Amino acid sequence: MIQADLNVILPEIVLSVYAMAALLFTVYTGKDKMAGMLVWLTAALFVAMALFVGATANGTREAFGGMFVDDGFARFAKVTILLSAAAVLVMGQEYMARRNILRFEYPLLIALAVVGMMVMVSAGDLMALYMGLELQSLALYVVASLRRDSAKSTEAGLKYFVLGALSSGLLLYGASLTYGYAGTTLFSGIIAAAEGQAPLGLLFGIVFVISGMAFKVSAVPFHMWTPDVYEGSPTPITAFFATAPKMAAMGLFARVVHDAYGGVVGDWQQVIALLSVLSMFLGAVAAIGQTDIKRLMAYSSIAHMGFALMGLAAGTAFGVQAMLIYMAIYVTMNVGTFAFILSMERDGQPVTDIASLNMYSKAHPARAMAMLVLLFSLAGVPPLLGFFGKFYVLRAAYDGGLAWLAVAGVIASVIGAFYYLRIVFFMYFGEEQEELETARSPVLWSLLMVSATVMLVGIINMFGVETIAEAAAATLVN
Amino acid sequence: MTIASLCFYLFAISVLVGGLFTVISRNPVHSVLWLILSFISAAGLFVLLGAEFVAMLLVIVYVGAVAVLFLFVVMMLDVDFAELKAEMAKYMPLALLIGMILLMQFGLAYGVWETAEGAEAARAAVPPEGVQNTAALGLLLYDKYFLLFQLAGLILLVAMIGAIVLTLRHRADVKRQDVLAQMYRDPAKAMELKDVKPGQGL
Repeated sequence: MIQADLNVILPEIVLSVYAMAALLFTVYTGKDKMAGMLVWLTAALFVAMALFVGATANGTREAFGGMFVDDGFARFAKVTILLSAAAVLVMGQEYMARRNILRFEYPLLIALAVVGMMVMVSAGDLMALYMGLELQSLALYVVASLRRDSAKSTEAGLKYFVLGALSSGLLLYGASLTYGYAGTTLFSGIIAAAEGQAPLGLLFGIVFVISGMAFKVSAVPFHMWTPDVYEGSPTPITAFFATAPKMAAMGLFARVVHDAYGGVVGDWQQVIALLSVLSMFLGAVAAIGQTDIKRLMAYSSIAHMGFALMGLAAGTAFGVQAMLIYMAIYVTMNVGTFAFILSMERDGQPVTDIASLNMYSKAHPARAMAMLVLLFSLAGVPPLLGFFGKFYVLRAAYDGGLAWLAVAGVIASVIGAFYYLRIVFFMYFGEEQEELETARSPVLWSLLMVSATVMLVGIINMFGVETIAEAAAATLVN
Repeated sequence: MTIASLCFYLFAISVLVGGLFTVISRNPVHSVLWLILSFISAAGLFVLLGAEFVAMLLVIVYVGAVAVLFLFVVMMLDVDFAELKAEMAKYMPLALLIGMILLMQFGLAYGVWETAEGAEAARAAVPPEGVQNTAALGLLLYDKYFLLFQLAGLILLVAMIGAIVLTLRHRADVKRQDVLAQMYRDPAKAMELKDVKPGQGL
C-alpha cells in the first residue's frame, strides 16, 4: 500500500533525496567551489522533474489517505514552479559567484523550497498544506538574508521571518477553527461538512486562512513585507521570490478555496474580491513614486497578484483557468525582466536605479527592444501576451457576476501602465548620461530574448497552455 | 466536585496565570520561570486527559530543553528589555483597542458555535483496542501521518542548514586540532634536553 503512495510522490522524493545526497557530498568535497556545478545540476534536475511530471499525466491520484493529491491542477502548477525555478537558478549563478555569495547551500535550499511548493499545490489536508508552506517559507527566509554582511539583506530576512511567522499563526488559527467545525482536516471531509451557507465559526476560519495565504501571495493589506524584502535580498533571490513561490502560493490559494471551501463559494468570494481590488490599486499607485527597479517590481507583483486573485474571486472553473494562464504568463515575463535587471551594472557593481537606464536604447538596441516588449506585456498593452492574461481574468470576473471588479481592474491597469511606460521613456527618450554597462552573460541574454519572444509569438496559440489550463481547472472545480 | 475536576481547574488557572505573568513580568528571567510553570501545568492537563506520553514529552522537551535554552538566551544576550517595553507602551492603546474588538468578535462567533453533523464522531480519538497511547501515537505517526512526519523532518533539516549558512564563518587563521598529527608524533622528539652550563646560557 505504501508503495502506491510513494509512487505518487516520486518527484518530491527524488528532489529531497537529491538535496540531502548533494549536501553530504559537497560538504565532504569541494564545498563552495562546487556551488556553480551544483546550480546547474539542480536546474537540470528541475527541468527533468518538470518533464516527468508533465509527461506522466494520468488522471487524479491520491496518496496517504487523501492528504496528497496529484491531479491536473497540481501538475500544471508544478511544471510552472519547476521550470521557473530552474530558469532563475541558472540566471543568478554568475551574479552570485562574482559577488562571493554563491554558497553551495543555496541551490539545495532552493531545491528543498521547491519540494515545499510542490507539496503546497498538491495538499489535500490542512496539515499537509501547513507542512509544505513552512518547508517553503523557512528556506526562503534563509536565502533572503544570504548576503549576511549586508544590513539590508539581513533586515529583509528578519522582516520576512517575523511577518511570515505571524501569517502562519493566522493561518493555523483559521485551520483550527475549520477543524473545530468540520471535525477533520482533510479537504474532502471539510467540503462535505460545509455546504450552502457557512456558519459564523467556519466563516471566521475561512477569513483567517485566507489572510494567512494572502500574506504569502503579498496581497494588500498583507503586502508590507514585499518592497523591503525585494529590495534587500540579493537580486537573483528577488527574481526567485517573484516567480516560483508566487505560483505556488496562488496554487495553494485556489486549492484551498475550491477543494476545502468549495461548498461555500459566496462566503469567500467577497473576501477575495476585496483583496484583489485593493492589491490592484495599491500596486498601481504606490509603484509610481519608486526610483529603485527592484522596489518597483515588488509593487508590480502586488498589482499582478491582484489580477490573479480576480480570477479566483470569480469562483468558477473558468476563473481558475484564467488564474493559471495569468500566473504562467506572469512568471515568464518576470524571468525575462529579472534577467535584464541582473545584467544592469556599472563598474562591475550592480545598479538598480531606474534613472540609470537613461538612453539605454542607444548602446544596446536589441536588449532595450526586448525589455520594451516585456514592459508593454507587463502593462497589458494589447497585441502582447500580457494583455491576454488580463483579458482572461477580466472575462472570468465579468462572467462570474463581478462586473464592478472587472471595471476596477481595467482602471487599475491603466494607472499601472504609467510606471512601466516611464521606464520605456527613460530607455528611449531619457537624458544623455554616463552609459550603463551590461554584464556579458549569454545565459541572461538568451533568457531575456526567449522571454520577450514568447510574449510576441505566444499570441498565436499560447503554446497550447490555454487547453492545458482548462483541463487543469476542471480537475479542481467540479 | 470530584478530584479530577478540581485538578482541572487548578491546572487551567495556573496555565493562564503563568502565561499572563510571562508577558507582564519585568524581569525576563522571571518570565521564563513563569513560562515553565505554564508548561508544567499544561502537562498536568494532558495527564488528566489520559495522554501521559505527551505530558512527559512536554516536561522533558519544553521544560527540560526549550525553557532552559530560553534562560541561557535571556541571560547571555544583552537585550535592553526596558527599552523594548517602552517602545511597546507607545502602541498599547491601539493594541488594546484591536484586542477588544477581536475579543468581542470571537465572543460572537463562539456564542453561536455550531459544528457540522458527525464532526464530534470524526474528532473523537479512536485508538485501536488494547493499544497503549504511546504505541497508538507511533501507529499514527509512522503510518497514517507518514508523509507529514517526513516533511517535518525536512523542515528541521532546512532549519539546521539555515542556521549554519547564516552563522558559520570559515576563518583561515584559526588553529585547529589535527588528531593524526597528534597521534603520530614521536614522543622522543617532543622534548629536547640541553645541558646548560651555569653562567653561560644558551
